[in-house]
Amino acid sequence: MKTLLQRNIRDRIMESLLVLSTIVVLLPLVIILVHVVINGISALNWDFFTQELGSPSRAMQGRPTGLVHTILGTVVIDFLALFLAVPIGMGAGIMLSEFPDHKLNPTLRIMNDTLNGMPAILKGLLAFVLIVKPMGTFSGLAGAVALAFVMIPIIARTTESALMSIPWSIREAGLAIGLPRWRVVLSTVMPAARFGLVTGTLIAFARAAGEAAPLLFTSFGNNYLPNHWLGMLLGPTDTLPQRLYSLAISPYSHWHSMGWAAAIVLLVFVIICFGTARYLTRKKT
Amino acid sequence: MTLDNDTSINGSKEARELLRRPPSALYRWLGDRIFAVVVVMLGVSIIALAAGMAIVLYGEGSAALRQFGFLGFVSGTTWDPAVQLVFGAFPFLFGTVVTSVAALLISFFPAIAVAIFTAEYAPRWLAAIIDNLIQLIAAVPSVVIGIWGIFVLAPWMRDNVYLPIFTWAEASHPALLPILGNPMGYGMATATIVLSLMIVPYTTALTKDAIKSVPVEQREASRALGATKWEVIRMAVLPYARGGILAGAILSLGRAIGETMAVAMLIGNKNTLPFSIFGAGATMPSVIVNEFREAVETLHLSSLMAVGFTLFVIALIVNLAAAYLTRKFSIKGGQVV
Repeated sequence: MKTLLQRNIRDRIMESLLVLSTIVVLLPLVIILVHVVINGISALNWDFFTQELGSPSRAMQGRPTGLVHTILGTVVIDFLALFLAVPIGMGAGIMLSEFPDHKLNPTLRIMNDTLNGMPAILKGLLAFVLIVKPMGTFSGLAGAVALAFVMIPIIARTTESALMSIPWSIREAGLAIGLPRWRVVLSTVMPAARFGLVTGTLIAFARAAGEAAPLLFTSFGNNYLPNHWLGMLLGPTDTLPQRLYSLAISPYSHWHSMGWAAAIVLLVFVIICFGTARYLTRKKT
Repeated sequence: MTLDNDTSINGSKEARELLRRPPSALYRWLGDRIFAVVVVMLGVSIIALAAGMAIVLYGEGSAALRQFGFLGFVSGTTWDPAVQLVFGAFPFLFGTVVTSVAALLISFFPAIAVAIFTAEYAPRWLAAIIDNLIQLIAAVPSVVIGIWGIFVLAPWMRDNVYLPIFTWAEASHPALLPILGNPMGYGMATATIVLSLMIVPYTTALTKDAIKSVPVEQREASRALGATKWEVIRMAVLPYARGGILAGAILSLGRAIGETMAVAMLIGNKNTLPFSIFGAGATMPSVIVNEFREAVETLHLSSLMAVGFTLFVIALIVNLAAAYLTRKFSIKGGQVV
């Protein structure tokens, strides 16, 4: 039998171990954030947001280079992906929550979880086969489809749980005043669940915006702005995560610091999205 | 929960109008039909998407799978896209399994410790901060962690960890050198360390949910028997939460298996066995990233698709296991941002 003293000492040791582990886990995060800011802040200048990248010699000769084409491409591809993903994801979420007895629901739930757990790179391969191969060229459209594959299962899942959190009495009230079922869903349940829906969509958006793997062989990348206004959709297009990868593995030191700057932009964007999502979640509960 | 029922029902202009003028039966019937059909079609498209992924990957990889046979493909150790055109995926399978299992082992106890600390010890404000930071780890894009690994972590590890160990082994235990491998910084060890950081949030989130769902009476009962705080956790809380811990660990494993960019940037990318601890290696996602854009031979492309199919099968098994456990122990939530 251990004495009380031994047990109390053990108690204190375990407590300090827990604190220590927490610090060990969080320390790398802080180090990463600090390094990204320190290394990238110097390359974040006016040129970064207004010039296109061009060839490596452009940076080596000291001519202005930047990532305006990357930022534009990211905006176009990400929002197109959102536009493609929201109807499918929300539709599936509505099916799971508003038609709970539908016989396909167990299958849908398993398939959605499966899709959610699949590595993003496989979604890129799928988009490559479905879009790039028939089109015969890498394109922003293919990139958007790949990112939509990333967003869809997240939106479906969050939509389901957001709608489920609305009490059935709300639906019953709607039906009682004579609303048809679809108006109950669209005009009472979904507005009541709007914080949850927006939160889920933001999370999906931010998660997809940070993905580089599915874009490498769908939107491919491009050092220049397209010379045609549809060029972003129909031709190779740059995106921040994929450009960051290319810059990081390039041999040019000027491109490295631009990569760090791209990391800052990407981080700020993702943190804003997740911060808003967290804020809305707190507001909801 | 406070729901603003007022705005959603009474305040809605459409609803007020509907009360005055109820819609016709045909309108209601037709609307409901169309709505149900559209919603079910959207839902079915997700099923089709998941099934389509399996079919497409198998179909595109079938040329390679037919040439080498599925078992021959996953057990073949030669990956030569240049001369012999022989493709065996075993090195990548091996690299994936080793890095993700090792990452899980490294991150398992710290991740659980964070969950215990935030759920049981930390004051509310501190727990909220730690929670947000842990979620932030999951939110940081993997390329950002990759660029940090390339320029900061890998050189630092080489100078301060790998080289000292390597020179020590060189001087006293030369037999260890082939196991340790070339300490250039980019290799299995660095990739594993980064992976173990990246998968922490998943174990932590599910463990914390499981701990939170342990009934208070459980804690009070063992407190009443005179247990110290740690003994309460050890004997009353953790056994109760083991399902969530297990599910979280398996979910983390799934994330580690599929993690692509950070690993591809740090693992050194070497397609031949044997792999060594510090030396370069490759995983299934990393080889797809590295070779897919440059693959010209049809068989090479097909082999990469077959690697994707193998990855799909493994990810499927791990995810189904996690889903089974989550359902069996009825863990709610567990959603990492």
